[in-house]
Amino acid sequence: MGLALMVLIWLITLISTYFFVAKTWWLPIGAAASAHFIDGQFTLTFIIMGIVFLAAQLGLGYIVWRYRESPSSPPVSYSHGNTTLEVLWTLLTAVLFIGLNLMGSSVWASQRFDAAEPGAVQVEVTGMQFAWYFRYPGPDGKYGSTSPKLMDPSAGGEAAVGLSQTDPAAKDDVVTGTMYLPVNREVDLSLRAVDVIHSFFVPNLRFKQDAVPGLNIHMHFKPTVVGEYEIACAELCGLGHYKMHGMVHVVSQEDFDKWLAAREAEKQ
Amino acid sequence: MAGGTGGGETVMVAMENPHAHAPQGFIRKYIFSLDHKVIGIQYFFLALTAVFVGMFLSLLMRIHMIWPMAVLPLVGEIKPETYLSLLTMHGTIMVFFVLTTAPQGGFGNYFLPIQIGAPDMAFPVLNMLSFWTTFVGFIVILCAFFVTGGAPLHGWTGYPPLSALSSTGPGEQLGADLWITSIAIFCVASLMGALNFITTTLDLRAKGMTLMRMPLTVWSWFITAILGLLAFGVLLSAGILLLMDRNLGTSFYVPLVVVNGQIMGHKGGSPLLWQHLFWFFGHPEVYIAILPGMGVASQVLSTFSRKPIFGYRAMVYAMLSIGFFGFMVWGHHMFMSGMSPYSAFAFSLLTMCIGVPSAIKTFNWLGTMYKGRIRFHTPMLYAIGFVSLFVSGGLSGPFLAQPVLDIQLHDTYFVVGHFHLIMGVAAIFGIFAATYYWFPKMFGRMMNEPLGKLHFFITLAGTYAIFMPMHYLGMAGQTRRYSQFTEVAYQAKLLPLQTFMTYAAIITIAAQFIFVANLFWSMFKGTKASDNPWEATTLEWTTATPPPHDNFGGVTPVVNHGPYEYGVPGAPKDYVMQTDPATVAAQ
Repeated sequence: MGLALMVLIWLITLISTYFFVAKTWWLPIGAAASAHFIDGQFTLTFIIMGIVFLAAQLGLGYIVWRYRESPSSPPVSYSHGNTTLEVLWTLLTAVLFIGLNLMGSSVWASQRFDAAEPGAVQVEVTGMQFAWYFRYPGPDGKYGSTSPKLMDPSAGGEAAVGLSQTDPAAKDDVVTGTMYLPVNREVDLSLRAVDVIHSFFVPNLRFKQDAVPGLNIHMHFKPTVVGEYEIACAELCGLGHYKMHGMVHVVSQEDFDKWLAAREAEKQ
Repeated sequence: MAGGTGGGETVMVAMENPHAHAPQGFIRKYIFSLDHKVIGIQYFFLALTAVFVGMFLSLLMRIHMIWPMAVLPLVGEIKPETYLSLLTMHGTIMVFFVLTTAPQGGFGNYFLPIQIGAPDMAFPVLNMLSFWTTFVGFIVILCAFFVTGGAPLHGWTGYPPLSALSSTGPGEQLGADLWITSIAIFCVASLMGALNFITTTLDLRAKGMTLMRMPLTVWSWFITAILGLLAFGVLLSAGILLLMDRNLGTSFYVPLVVVNGQIMGHKGGSPLLWQHLFWFFGHPEVYIAILPGMGVASQVLSTFSRKPIFGYRAMVYAMLSIGFFGFMVWGHHMFMSGMSPYSAFAFSLLTMCIGVPSAIKTFNWLGTMYKGRIRFHTPMLYAIGFVSLFVSGGLSGPFLAQPVLDIQLHDTYFVVGHFHLIMGVAAIFGIFAATYYWFPKMFGRMMNEPLGKLHFFITLAGTYAIFMPMHYLGMAGQTRRYSQFTEVAYQAKLLPLQTFMTYAAIITIAAQFIFVANLFWSMFKGTKASDNPWEATTLEWTTATPPPHDNFGGVTPVVNHGPYEYGVPGAPKDYVMQTDPATVAAQ
């Protein structure tokens, strides 16, 4: 019985570890400035936890087999524990866990506490059941006002986000269903939701943030690789949650300018 | 109170009156019983019913994920909103009516009084009331399936505005009201139970049963009760506010929102307020589910390794600090919620701190088995399985506790894998260990060992096959609570892994019928159990099997030893029972 249990625990441990180490399924390719740090921190945590996982599980399997009761097994060593050992592993674990934690805090802080770089491209993201809309402030650099009274999700586009028809600052606002971003330039994002909580998740950009009704959440990040990346809603928002899907196109500054100019032209 | 020789006047009266002699009528004996043992068994069977309902719902979900078009018997076609109702009800039923009900209400009720040498709980009527209130709560939540619109789709966490407005989706009408009402009823029941457990532990301990001689199971139920007392009151209040937002037009949780182009009549509320209140309950709830499992694992590992528990005091302090820190980490569920990013530092650091006592417990369990003489009875297998799952589920914690990594992992299958391993399956393994361990005492017969072992091996392999791949899916960005994966291209590629998990789930679920068959067969046909079949040391093994109505047949036990005196050099047997004369072995 001890042998069977050891074999099962070891098999589970080794098979599980294999798929992590082989990276059969792993983080998607990172395409933002923060990806390098986040992936590094992930790998570091993974190595440390992996070693603990292997040691604990293989040790558990070995102990249950090695100390199984048999007629020849020696009397147990009568012991109520060892205070030195207790103190030692408490300190080790504390230093390890808290150290890991402190290492990760700088990237978290820079994306959230500092303002976006000057010249960042401004985009407002609005989530509603079950679509994402993206608003660019246009050449005036100012978002026009919106009003809940004007919101008409069935009409889509500007009407869906309730864009004012009278505010001069709203005249050049561009509202789209697909997000375009220039590569290697900071994005100053405003996140809003009109009905329930949604979550704007772009795995390749290592970006996730809930969009919450009543809040306007500012975040910034920098895409670094040209490509098309999928957006998935990550907060349960109703029956269409699974299809609240969108695309981010990261393009060159030139293509971005062309694209935005074309949208402005359509508006006129 | 350190000697634990009895409490105040009122407590003594409350416990003596109904227990002068056993009631004779069927209804007083088995239905509205005041006997903590009968109530414990009632809780156990309520949880057993609930776990099969919850498991059936998960089977439907797993089938729907990989065969979305399948038309199933009983339920028909599963629409996306049906899927969300299934996951909402699965989570709610499992967390409240299984993981909170079985370990604490079931085994705690039955064995806490016996293990401390008391004739019953301090407040038997309150005990009966708390069970029947829980029962009503269970009936109310089941009703949500059958009302117009069906069960709610807002998940077990019920985040408003989704959960606060009836127009946000099907199931958000009467179904959602029943859901939150059921939870409120459950909170009331748990508060009654918690008071009873705390009073009983503090006031009704037998002579010599000092705090530091209490079995670790008693410590775990005691600490769990304190957590319940502090946490369920908050959830109850939060739930009442949600009911008011839904039905009385208040705006605690709902700001001005526009649903389907309609302006709702709320303004100024905060969706984050609910999240803070919910998780202030929700995180301690995780420990409410797992602490009794830790207690049982400690008890069983020591018994079947024939060795004292390694570091008894460290185990007690670890559980106390887990309970303490458990109330200061709720914000780690909210790193992505829009709460102040500064607070993430504090929550993250405190969360890492809670990993330390958890690690201590694991070291001590390994230390208990090290150089022991391990007997592989089924309860021991489940306790070893518990340790393995606790390690696996615990080690994904430090990923999620780091806000920068949580950016990628939050609300993905990585989280689903993490909490299923640690608070779901590990806690269930604790329940299985307790069932196989205490069944002989509860029902007077032994469970079948070969069937128990078969059940264990399939269940251990099966749960890993279901939940380990969830970590891979989460790293690859698979979001949770998706009824289908076809709409997002990168997620569609992960479907083969989901298919594998569904097959693993079908096999694992099938194996649970081995357990049920064993349980009922053994209840009537198992071999008769002796008073102490496992050669264990705690008080429940000193009394008759099954125990008489007043637990000790008119005798009040006197305790002379700690709870885990195995392999004591010079003792006549390899174990010293807590009631053995002090001369049997030096302390």
